[in-house]
Amino acid sequence: MQPADYAIVTHGHADHARSGHKNVLATPQTIEIMKRRYGENCADNFQPLAYGEPLKIDEVTLTFYPAGHILGSAQVLLEYKGQRAVITGDYKTRPDSTAAPFELVPCDLFITEATFGIPVFQHPDPQHEIKKLLDSLQEQPERAHVIGAYALGKAQRVIKLLREAGYNEPIYLHGAQVKLCEYYQSEGIDLGILLKATEKEKAELKGRVVIAPPSALKDRWSRRLPDPVICYASGWMSIKQRAKQSLVELPLIISDHADWNELTETIIATGAHTVWITHGREDALVHWCRAQGLNAEPLSIQGWDEEPEE
Amino acid sequence: MKNFALLLEKLILTASRNRKIESLAAYFKATPDPDRGYALAAITRDLSFASLKASHLKNMTMEKVDPVLFGLSYDYVGDLGETIALIWPRHEKGELPSVAAFIDLINTTPKNQLAEKVASILDMADPNERWAIIKLVTGNLRIGVSSRTAKMALANYSGHALEDIEKIWHGLEIPYLDLFEWLDGKAEKPDIHHARTFHPMMLATPIDAEKDFKKLDPADYTAEWKWDGIRVQLVFDGDHKRMFSRTGDDISNTFPDVTEILHGSGVLDGELLVGHNFDPLPFNDLQQRLNRKTVVRKHLTDFPAFIRVYDMLFDGLEDIRHLPLTERRKRLETWHAAHPNPRLDLSEMLPFQSWDDLAVLRRQGADEHGHEGLMIKRKDSTYVSGRPKGPWFKWKRDAMLVDAILMYAQRGHGKRSSYYSDYTFGVWKGNEIVPIGKAYSGFTDEELKRLDKWVRANTIGKFGPVREVKKELVVEVAFDSAHESKRHKSGIALRFPRIHRIRWDKPAQEVESIQAVREQLNLM
Repeated sequence: MQPADYAIVTHGHADHARSGHKNVLATPQTIEIMKRRYGENCADNFQPLAYGEPLKIDEVTLTFYPAGHILGSAQVLLEYKGQRAVITGDYKTRPDSTAAPFELVPCDLFITEATFGIPVFQHPDPQHEIKKLLDSLQEQPERAHVIGAYALGKAQRVIKLLREAGYNEPIYLHGAQVKLCEYYQSEGIDLGILLKATEKEKAELKGRVVIAPPSALKDRWSRRLPDPVICYASGWMSIKQRAKQSLVELPLIISDHADWNELTETIIATGAHTVWITHGREDALVHWCRAQGLNAEPLSIQGWDEEPEE
Repeated sequence: MKNFALLLEKLILTASRNRKIESLAAYFKATPDPDRGYALAAITRDLSFASLKASHLKNMTMEKVDPVLFGLSYDYVGDLGETIALIWPRHEKGELPSVAAFIDLINTTPKNQLAEKVASILDMADPNERWAIIKLVTGNLRIGVSSRTAKMALANYSGHALEDIEKIWHGLEIPYLDLFEWLDGKAEKPDIHHARTFHPMMLATPIDAEKDFKKLDPADYTAEWKWDGIRVQLVFDGDHKRMFSRTGDDISNTFPDVTEILHGSGVLDGELLVGHNFDPLPFNDLQQRLNRKTVVRKHLTDFPAFIRVYDMLFDGLEDIRHLPLTERRKRLETWHAAHPNPRLDLSEMLPFQSWDDLAVLRRQGADEHGHEGLMIKRKDSTYVSGRPKGPWFKWKRDAMLVDAILMYAQRGHGKRSSYYSDYTFGVWKGNEIVPIGKAYSGFTDEELKRLDKWVRANTIGKFGPVREVKKELVVEVAFDSAHESKRHKSGIALRFPRIHRIRWDKPAQEVESIQAVREQLNLM
């Protein structure tokens, strides 16, 4: 991804938000996240724009709408001479108390992500997955449960889901998770008591929940934990062989991306007659759209990785 | 069914054997009869029923979902059963049957209604349960639990010795009610007639010619050809006649031409081969007859089976496993002379004075008769089950090697579903490259990662799950033998090809032509 003169940033994940742009247009939360991750001066100029506020740029009107993906994530509506195009960024439509709920924006052209754009991805209720975790904690009280979760969004969502399921014990964080959890809490999202895992004795972590970036699971870092159950919170975990390859003992299918049903239902609900599909498994969704009588094209984006961490 | 599905998931995702044993033990302890017995039989692969083929389930699913979407999904997931479990489009509320009730249902449903019945059960299951049901009904669990591990779990939960469980195991019947009664301390150990059951086989370890021979005295050993068939055990006593595979599967009905004419009583160990007048045909011909529930009549005349016997475990009803090999061999020869049988002959003992003599024999055997190698057994060895290091060795002939150029790579299945791990390679024919084979083993995990990366970086075309790559990487391929083949563009087919080495250093131009390869392989 090349630095640009003008960048519209949908959300703060590293495959969407980079440092070095001249001008960044984004929601206030996304700008705050970028500053915290990349430094105050990661762009020359920031222009915050709240959800629902139209911004006129020459002939085009641009408006952000919540994408339900993570805190601050936005879809972008572009209006030009009565034509409406929506770029989703990453999104999901199911409820998540750490992000403003996805808002459906009717449009003519819908440019959608497709991370989980094949029908094998039908994510279960996250509450069901959290129950699996709580059951395992009860069955194996001698072992720490370390959950691989992306530091921005996924970590806070998993913590919040645990709290909503009535889990009130302290939750222990890998150092890389602390900064963003603090930011979420400052935005009024209550995550309960969070402690740093690194400052604790091994024995104290028995039977505890530890949250770490996925890359730390296989690293020397996890050796400090007592006989850990390796868990991984990700939509990819619905594929068992995938879990097995990553040496995950307890897969938690918790995703911040739309699954197949959410993708297809949303496409229909927008009323769009043309759909461009990007970021993921374009071919299946293109095929499905065409079978529904919609115009659909895959949209390749430069520099985009085949399989992002989620 | 729910708990069984959870158990399977735990087993597949747990790497530690001890933890697998704990999970199994907890399941056996908590699950009532007869469910736990059927689950045990499924895990030890002793359960056989009118199973549904995976392809059958696939067709059933394709009626309900778009075939293109199904195809893309299968390419992505890599495992047919798991793809079906995940993509299954109908979800209804309902109570799943227990494992025992499910198996009973499968056994009592007429074959033409079976698929529909299974479909109606899949409708009520969650994805994990659907995955377990499909694994169960296709008879292919592949959960990384050996039969022995399952028995260790029985020992773990009951406190009885593993050895005691193994001794009676092959005389037990599913769903093992008497076994569990004993394990639970509610009854005596089941009484098993030892001359009528499978006895775990004695297996050989590979010899390290460089190191081992120096330490061994050739006078202490006997040698035989290593036959290219499958190892079987014949267990017979009057009308009770059985043939077991190496893993203890009962294959009597697949080979009635041998089993039915057994007479007398005893337990014999030998190689199952096909051919006329004790002249073995290639393994491919034997393979036609394997894994069939019903016998094809033409096979009985084209590929008659026979057993090349090399050992005797029971002489009549007498257990002779504690006798030295030479004694057992004498008993076998006497028994064989007294019980002439057109489908049993004895494996020849090869005379040799020194290990050098034997090396010459091994090379001649391979070059002139295509023998796979030699078996070397200690004369005083008693017959013990398992794979003890030492008393029995196998000395395979050297693999053949050829350099070839990587042409295509395909994503693997199962554990390797995200890696390009199946490779097609070829050699020059004029200015083009013709494929000579396909391999998906022989490399380490590290090499696989590097190959996968190389494939992704050097792709010049994509066809579904297959990538065509730049014709630049040379691999040294090892294989057991080569045959003429009209099906292959190159005209040759390799037996059991695997990647021997990756020649990151060698330019593709230096790979030989197909003509040179044929000369090397004596295929003219």
